[in-house]
Amino acid sequence: MSQIVSIPALPAAPARRGVIGKVLHDPLGIISLVVLLLILLATVLAPVLAPQDPGRSSLDDIFAPISAAHPLGGDSAGRDLLSRLLYGAQVSLLGASIALLTSLVIGLPAGLIAGYYGRTFDSVSSWAANLLQALPAIIVLLALRTVFGPSIWTSMVIFGVMLAPGAYRLVRATASGVRNELYIDAALVSGLSDTRIIARHMLRVVRGPLIMHSAMVLAICINIQAGLEFLGFGDPQTASWGSMLNEGFLNIFQAPQMLSWPGLALFLTSAALALFAGSLRDALQAGTAKPARRRRVAAPPAGTAPDAPPSGPPAGNGESPPDALLSIRGLRVAYGGGSVEVVHGVSLDVARGEVVGLVGESGSGKTQVALSVLGLLPTGGEVTSGAIALAGEPLLGRPASFLRTVRGRRIGYIPQEPMSNLDPSFRVGNQLSEVVRVHLGLSRAAARDRVLDLLARVGIPDPARTYRAFPHEISGGMAQRVLIAGAVSCDPELLIADEPTTALDVTVQADILDLLRDLQQEKGLGVLFVTHNFGVVADVCDRVLVMRQGEIVEDRPAQEIFDTPRHDYTRLLLGSMLDGRPARLARAAATGDGRA
Amino acid sequence: MPESLLEVRDLVVEYPSKGLRSKPFRALHGVSIDVRPGETVGLVGESGSGKTTLGRAILGLAPVTEGSIRFEDREIGHASRRDRRGLARDLQVIFQDPYTSLNPSMTVGDILTEPLWVTGVRRQAAQTQVRELLDKVRLPKDAVDRYAREFSGGQRQRVAIARALALRPKLVVCDEPVSALDLSTQATVLDLLIELQESLGVAYLFVSHDLGVVRYISHRVAVMYQGRLVEEGDGDVVTSSPEHPYTRRLLLAAPVPDPSRQAANRADRHRLLAQQAEL
Amino acid sequence: MLAFLAKRTGAGLSVLLVVPSLTFLLMYGNAANAARQILGENATPEQIAAKSAALGVDRPLFVQFIDYVGQLSVGDLGRSWFTAEPVGSLLTSRATVTLTVVIGSILVSTLLAFALGVTAALRRGAVDIALQVLAIVGFAVPGFWLALLLVSGLALQLRLFPATGFVPFTASPGQWLASITLPVVALMVGAVAGVAQQVRGAVIDVLEQDYVRTLRARGLPSWRVVAHVLRNASAPALTVVALTFIGTLSGAVFVERIFALPGLGLAATNAAVNGDVPVIMGVVLVMTAIVVLVNLVVDLAIGLLNPKVRLS
Repeated sequence: MSQIVSIPALPAAPARRGVIGKVLHDPLGIISLVVLLLILLATVLAPVLAPQDPGRSSLDDIFAPISAAHPLGGDSAGRDLLSRLLYGAQVSLLGASIALLTSLVIGLPAGLIAGYYGRTFDSVSSWAANLLQALPAIIVLLALRTVFGPSIWTSMVIFGVMLAPGAYRLVRATASGVRNELYIDAALVSGLSDTRIIARHMLRVVRGPLIMHSAMVLAICINIQAGLEFLGFGDPQTASWGSMLNEGFLNIFQAPQMLSWPGLALFLTSAALALFAGSLRDALQAGTAKPARRRRVAAPPAGTAPDAPPSGPPAGNGESPPDALLSIRGLRVAYGGGSVEVVHGVSLDVARGEVVGLVGESGSGKTQVALSVLGLLPTGGEVTSGAIALAGEPLLGRPASFLRTVRGRRIGYIPQEPMSNLDPSFRVGNQLSEVVRVHLGLSRAAARDRVLDLLARVGIPDPARTYRAFPHEISGGMAQRVLIAGAVSCDPELLIADEPTTALDVTVQADILDLLRDLQQEKGLGVLFVTHNFGVVADVCDRVLVMRQGEIVEDRPAQEIFDTPRHDYTRLLLGSMLDGRPARLARAAATGDGRA
Repeated sequence: MPESLLEVRDLVVEYPSKGLRSKPFRALHGVSIDVRPGETVGLVGESGSGKTTLGRAILGLAPVTEGSIRFEDREIGHASRRDRRGLARDLQVIFQDPYTSLNPSMTVGDILTEPLWVTGVRRQAAQTQVRELLDKVRLPKDAVDRYAREFSGGQRQRVAIARALALRPKLVVCDEPVSALDLSTQATVLDLLIELQESLGVAYLFVSHDLGVVRYISHRVAVMYQGRLVEEGDGDVVTSSPEHPYTRRLLLAAPVPDPSRQAANRADRHRLLAQQAEL
Repeated sequence: MLAFLAKRTGAGLSVLLVVPSLTFLLMYGNAANAARQILGENATPEQIAAKSAALGVDRPLFVQFIDYVGQLSVGDLGRSWFTAEPVGSLLTSRATVTLTVVIGSILVSTLLAFALGVTAALRRGAVDIALQVLAIVGFAVPGFWLALLLVSGLALQLRLFPATGFVPFTASPGQWLASITLPVVALMVGAVAGVAQQVRGAVIDVLEQDYVRTLRARGLPSWRVVAHVLRNASAPALTVVALTFIGTLSGAVFVERIFALPGLGLAATNAAVNGDVPVIMGVVLVMTAIVVLVNLVVDLAIGLLNPKVRLS
């Protein structure tokens, strides 16, 4: 049977660019890096660049104006401001680096261990982190100054300890997230030791966010370092940005301009660091963005243009039948400002009381069609052409106020994932009664009664209890019933059901399908039923539309499509179904092949 | 009948609960199952049935509270990490979600070499083996230098299969390996698994919620419900004429892709539910 | 909810016990240093010993600790080593000043930040870009430098506000407002930028949730949808406000020095320079209590808004 196994073509290799490459291609990234590099160079080359020794004072130069000899002027002791600024950078950057390193030396290992092993170490270290973050850092530094004296270096080490919780929390959160990934389980099964798992798998993931964090922390440290010197830590004679600001403050009446240079230096350095961190964050997010998991909004890769015109003119592109409840003509949906088209001219009709199945694999565009009807395409998606009408009334291009009278009132929507579609902060009943009150203008009490009836109708055993419950207090099957109740709460004419049973167990699915069928018949609903499961289609649908890569390839009554599929793709899909095939033992017996 | 490769007896798995006084959560209540060399045993059940826990306990990823797990007559229920390293040659895993079972920041080459160098294969030899592996699962050779995230779901699952088979194991625990895949991809991945089994003689413990999938790949099928094994037997028998009431409910709940047959199926299901409700 | 509150209160109490105790042990364990600092570099060992005895810091550390706790239990925070003023009464008036400035700046900045962050998340476009720029600027401008510029520009050059000092509200509401305006503005800028950025992120996260689409699909008016979004985004946003509060207390130390506001921060700065250990100890105690209280209030708010938090 190896002939079935075709070698899948790999998509053309996308331009692979590392995170560094991405930062270098981001204008803000490159600008910030250049600025940081210049600052670093000026700092290192201070002895070469400075016009004179930063400590040399001359009575002639007290508050000297800007001149060739003193490009930034002189200070109250007649020292050259530019020289002090350049040398001061050394103190500032070194102090900040000491604090940053201290925080990393403590935070990184502690975070890795807490995130990977959890348990006691995690609780204890998290408690300690809370403790360290409870007090304003400056107060702690002031208090400890009486113990350790006014040394700026000691203070920066202590400040590093105070900052360690930040690094710790970041690393811990990332590491414990990674800990639950299946690839760590796979590494455990392969017998990798803990140290190797941490070094190989966790450090790789932690690295990027930590560098970003470090850039931000470095900026904070530079400012705090200057602040401490401003408060009188350290040696006031040593040139540093903080002591220069203090000088400026003491002479604020005579020479306020002395405040600008060190302040600007601080601002420029911090801003460059923050911009670099931002650019790095964007690059990291672009790199790890996971492709949409399961049939969500996944746009097919660009360039999957239809290789053949749609065979067999399904649901004629012509006039819609006059009695159609929902009528879609030539619908096109595109993302990225129209550059990536994911639905290429789909036309379909749903009559009153008819259940139409829209079937396809992930990326076929079936969900896009359903969301277009509701006018709720995800950000970046838009209908580029076509028409959608509900009972003859056009829906596209109508104002939001009109759509609000349609959504929920005339079109009900049942989503795929039951748990994520209920607002976790509101009681189940309130979420439903809010809708009823808005659309039907019922009083609070009347709305409550209606919702209780609805909950009973969708088979919830104790409606009053479920009404009061929060979403996390009910099971997935119950949550899906609640969502169905929400969809039919205002007696709509049309239901849009987007994979309503995909997330459920088979036995629960069968119950939910029974419920949907009963409700549909009872209320004479038209239903657009989006699914990838042909069994579900066979269970509930009157008519079936098969979608592939944004086009409908076949549109026929349900029984016909299963009996005599016409399009190759439909045949391929039905042929992939395992249900009808003989069991493995039976196949083995037929070929005379025993157990291996 | 060949001797058992894997022998699980009265396995109990309990997870400590969060509260101090509340009782631990018992995921498995004494499960016994055998897997023989080269065969596929399908393990079916719904969420919460304990099927995944059983697979994870065998792999050492879930705590064994009571009972025994024997692999080739060695007790592995409480194997240490060092023992596991030795076991890794013989016992491997393929997970459900191909998006989180491969480290997104590693190349396919790195991923496939990892199990090899744990067992001390040299770099040169490992590279040759990786190329052979890719060939076996029908991925192009240039896949070595590419990141897992560049591949589709089906292709990622092929990488996961290659990783599992790198050390020529005797048993692979497959935890819902095709559940996250599209219909047409599902069948090809299953066929690849069957083909590899026939050429390598590896045994599978195949965990799935989908009776159709299990029926297609399994020689024998075991059905789990609420932490217990309720039925076990030949694959085609269990998946077509089961005895246990739960298995019958499960079988009838799965919709069949044909409207008229499904209508009959549905009627049967309602009749069965009414019957079971009377009892 | 009760269990959640009890747990949070417990955590707060543990901080309130541990942080001041550690500070006490560190500072008083090294108090000989303090005596030397008080007397100056030329003091003889005899003088230092006499001073230590006078201050009571020559006793065993744990005796001092028990003693301190005993006094504390009757509300006595000791006396300043320099002015002999009771620390308790000294800090009461100062705490009022600090809290006025800090709470004022937190309230104004939180309101502004929520307005900015929510607008940026909902509207995107120009507001969003403006917020990004503000976030970078607000983060990068050192708060105390901004305060210096405000003093130099608005107070000294333009004479729009008083440069220094604090006028109690009871003395003159108008002058009170004028005296705290510049300090509040100086403290606010960084806070607005940081909190607004977090609010924006939290709102965008919630907007991308499935349930928001489902709420829209039910035809709810947009303000009702926004209400749902805000409630869910409030927990992460309030957590940031609590952290910002602690940061603002740090900032107050600078602002009080620059504007010569007689607050806790200025007391701590002067006491640290002089080595007035009882005063610093008092500041640490008061600040810890304030932080613990604020965290508790924020936790309570988060718990009320977010039922899931109460469980964990």
